[in-house]
Amino acid sequence: MLSRLQFAAATAFHFIFVPLTLGISVLIACMETAFVRTGKEVYRTMAKFWGKLFLVNFALGVVTGITLEFQFGTNWAGYSAYVGDIFGSLLAIEATAAFFLESTFIGVWHFGWNRLSPKAHMIAAWCVAGASNLSAVWIIIANGFMQNPRGFVLRNGRAELANFFDVITNPFAWQQFMHTILGALAVAAFFVMGISAWHLYRKSETDFFGKSFRLGATLGIIVSLLLLFQGHIHGNHVAEVQPAKLAAMESHWETQTNAPMYLLQIPGESDNVLEALPVPGLLSLLAYNDPGAEVKGLNDFPENERPPVVITFLAFRGMVGIGTVMILLAAFAWLKRNSIENYPWFLKILPFAIPLPYLAMQFGWAVAEVGRQPWIVYGLMRTSQAVSRVTPGQVGFSFIVMCAIYTLLGIAGIWLMIRIAKQGPVEGH
Amino acid sequence: MESTHMILATVWFLLWGVLWAVYFILDGFDLGVGTLMPFLAKNEQEKRMMYNTTGPFWDGNEVWLISAGGVTFAAFPLAYAQMFSGLYTALMLLLFALILRGVSFELRSKVDSPGWKKIWDTCQFLGSFLPALLLGVAFANIFQGLPLDETGLNQANLFQLLNPYGLAGGVLFVAMFVSHGALWLAIRATGDVRERGINVATKLWPVLVVLTVLFLAYSAVATQLFGNYLKTPLLFVILFIPVGGLVLMRVYMGAAKWWLAWGASCAYIGGTALFGVIGLFPAIIPSNPNPANSLTIMNSASSPLTLKIMLGVAVVFVPIVILYQIWAYKTFAHPVEEEDMLY
Ligand code: HDD
Ligand code: HEM
Ligand code: HEM
Repeated sequence: MLSRLQFAAATAFHFIFVPLTLGISVLIACMETAFVRTGKEVYRTMAKFWGKLFLVNFALGVVTGITLEFQFGTNWAGYSAYVGDIFGSLLAIEATAAFFLESTFIGVWHFGWNRLSPKAHMIAAWCVAGASNLSAVWIIIANGFMQNPRGFVLRNGRAELANFFDVITNPFAWQQFMHTILGALAVAAFFVMGISAWHLYRKSETDFFGKSFRLGATLGIIVSLLLLFQGHIHGNHVAEVQPAKLAAMESHWETQTNAPMYLLQIPGESDNVLEALPVPGLLSLLAYNDPGAEVKGLNDFPENERPPVVITFLAFRGMVGIGTVMILLAAFAWLKRNSIENYPWFLKILPFAIPLPYLAMQFGWAVAEVGRQPWIVYGLMRTSQAVSRVTPGQVGFSFIVMCAIYTLLGIAGIWLMIRIAKQGPVEGH
Repeated sequence: MESTHMILATVWFLLWGVLWAVYFILDGFDLGVGTLMPFLAKNEQEKRMMYNTTGPFWDGNEVWLISAGGVTFAAFPLAYAQMFSGLYTALMLLLFALILRGVSFELRSKVDSPGWKKIWDTCQFLGSFLPALLLGVAFANIFQGLPLDETGLNQANLFQLLNPYGLAGGVLFVAMFVSHGALWLAIRATGDVRERGINVATKLWPVLVVLTVLFLAYSAVATQLFGNYLKTPLLFVILFIPVGGLVLMRVYMGAAKWWLAWGASCAYIGGTALFGVIGLFPAIIPSNPNPANSLTIMNSASSPLTLKIMLGVAVVFVPIVILYQIWAYKTFAHPVEEEDMLY
């Protein structure tokens, strides 16, 4: 149990930094491209300023990722032995195909401002952005295998690879990938908008931050809307592949056709505590695009195959709720992007919106991971079979140390990023 | 086990060894520079100089560790599971140390306050010294064998790992990395830091010779590493790599050819690692005291298909990786100048 907590904490912490890296690396590469195309110095300053924030974030993402790579062995020995044949190879490919590219070129990018031509520097930026997103492809394919295993045979008491093509074309994994990347872009968009708004409110560097703001707002509205549509398709997939998870996401207990969605609902672990204001057929419609479709309820799953309902339900509602708020904010920001300094109240709230997409990302993973329980590999292996034989004392100790280090690093990192963000674009290193 | 599978597993075993060797060679110098930091840098300017000698490279070097771990997972899942859950505490310590070191590069320079810098300098030192030591201890223990029983690994706690042979491995690794790092300073640093680096490398050389000989002798007593070599004496040729590296290192140092001396140090470190790995074959983790329970490439390898696909990926990507890493090293091979001082 401690093992699981430790792993969850380590992944969640890693994933605080990952989305911004994925999203903002693309934005920075775009800024450098704009600089190469137009030769306007402001784009270069933009790349440098946002790049400085990116580097701090990147360092934290990297170091927390390294622990994860090894934690499959330290904390999930049973799991590693059982699916290593498939899962391990995906991680190894991630390292050779993506991490090398990313880590080598981040060095080149950081130290190359004076050594490389603007064009070569721009290429380095694209290498970093491409490699980050490529690494996400592989890790998510690996996760997708756990959600919807395919392309394997059970042999020698473990899952062995049977068809690599099936593994990497897992439609569920690609839905997850699209959804995560869009989420990451949304994180970057709100990050850029929030910080720009802080400066615009104080009327500092208005040209610089006005440009940044318009970039963030445009990206923000596009990806927020896409997230809604693509998330809906993703939900359809979940309904098909993991019906128990879908039922838990909605705390839906009785199998029925024309299933309603309740506007007011308090979930419980054995039935809803409260349900009111039903909208008939809405759940069937959302899950299967057909208001008459039958939606299987939790009562029809054996008790030992039900995920924790309350967490899954709340996390899902949280994510979708935040997604809706994000659309509203981004829409307003985009519509008023050219006269945004006339709405100081809006500029004032935007910095506080930065954490929203982050929260939605964490909620999303909680839905995906907790909703998959009690399986670690859906339908194949139970989480309880997967843990290592390490002693509670060992895990307990390293868990405490880990939390302490991560908390301190997190505080130092975020404090530093706020500091740099407030400083604004100053020349120097 | 049928023969193609056996061949694939053997190829992957060798690649596994090579990956670790490359990791030690590359991260070896930046861990060495970090370990030397408190001893060689006398003021802020010199500290920054030292950070910036390794700054563009450390992350790319560390990915070799991630790949070595990833390949263990992919090619020998059972060994991965046993190795990392068995060496749990040591591995966690290693990771924490690397974490602190990694962020120290990025965070240190961002705030102008002596206290802040001091924290990260300490992290940089510990985060460099501890991994060097722990990697040595861990590998010496693997050479020696871990307490595996029929069902897998009995927990080896940190204190069991700190046995005399394990510690000998740790000391050897620290010395190797420090001298490797000192030679790197001779290449990329300037001024006093460079002079001090050269001084360390020169003084450390005889110590390295003594440590290497002692470690080899101790291995003959404490491990089965020499078994393969005695069976196939031709294999003793491999010993020429580290020994030759060590000798050439001294020769080039005498001639003040620092790149070549550093290259010889690479051969020395890589050769030492390969020597041990080939001694392990066909075991990945030998069991001590009961060899029947060893994890070998036969009983821990992945399926033939996985090994084949991975081989395809490696054949395509590793040469590309090597090419662009060489390019990156060439781009930043020059001695550090004021405009390169980003950390
Ligand atoms: C590649 C695989 C992978 C990826 C990308 C993630 N996870 Fe995960 N997660 C697992 C692989 C996994 C796992 C190994 O499968 C766990 C461990 C125990 C379990 O049931 O699943 C797990 C469990 C797990 C749990 C605990 C569930 C429980 O034990 O009840 C949480 C809260 C998270 N994860 C959260 C996350 C977050 C925030 C992620 C964002 C990066 C994330 N996971 C990505
Ligand atoms: C739970 C499984 C995961 C493992 C084992 C893992 C492993 C790692 C490792 C070892 C690194 C460091 C690489 C370096 O040194 O450059 C890393 C960084 C990274 N990972 Fe993960 N990761 C996991 C989850 C994820 C997910 C879900 C994503 C994205 C959707 C992701 C995206 C990234 C990115 C973009 C980086 C680059 C560095 C940064 O975050 O700033 N990872 N990861
Ligand atoms: C607005 C409507 C949204 C819908 C309908 C939606 C739908 C979904 C669904 C059904 C899942 C579960 C997938 C699974 O079980 O594997 C999911 C997961 C997830 N969501 Fe959303 N989502 C929405 C908004 C957002 C937003 C705004 C973010 C973040 C900015 C986000 C980030 C995530 C992440 C990171 C995951 C986990 C990874 C994955 O499974 O793809 N979602 N989402």
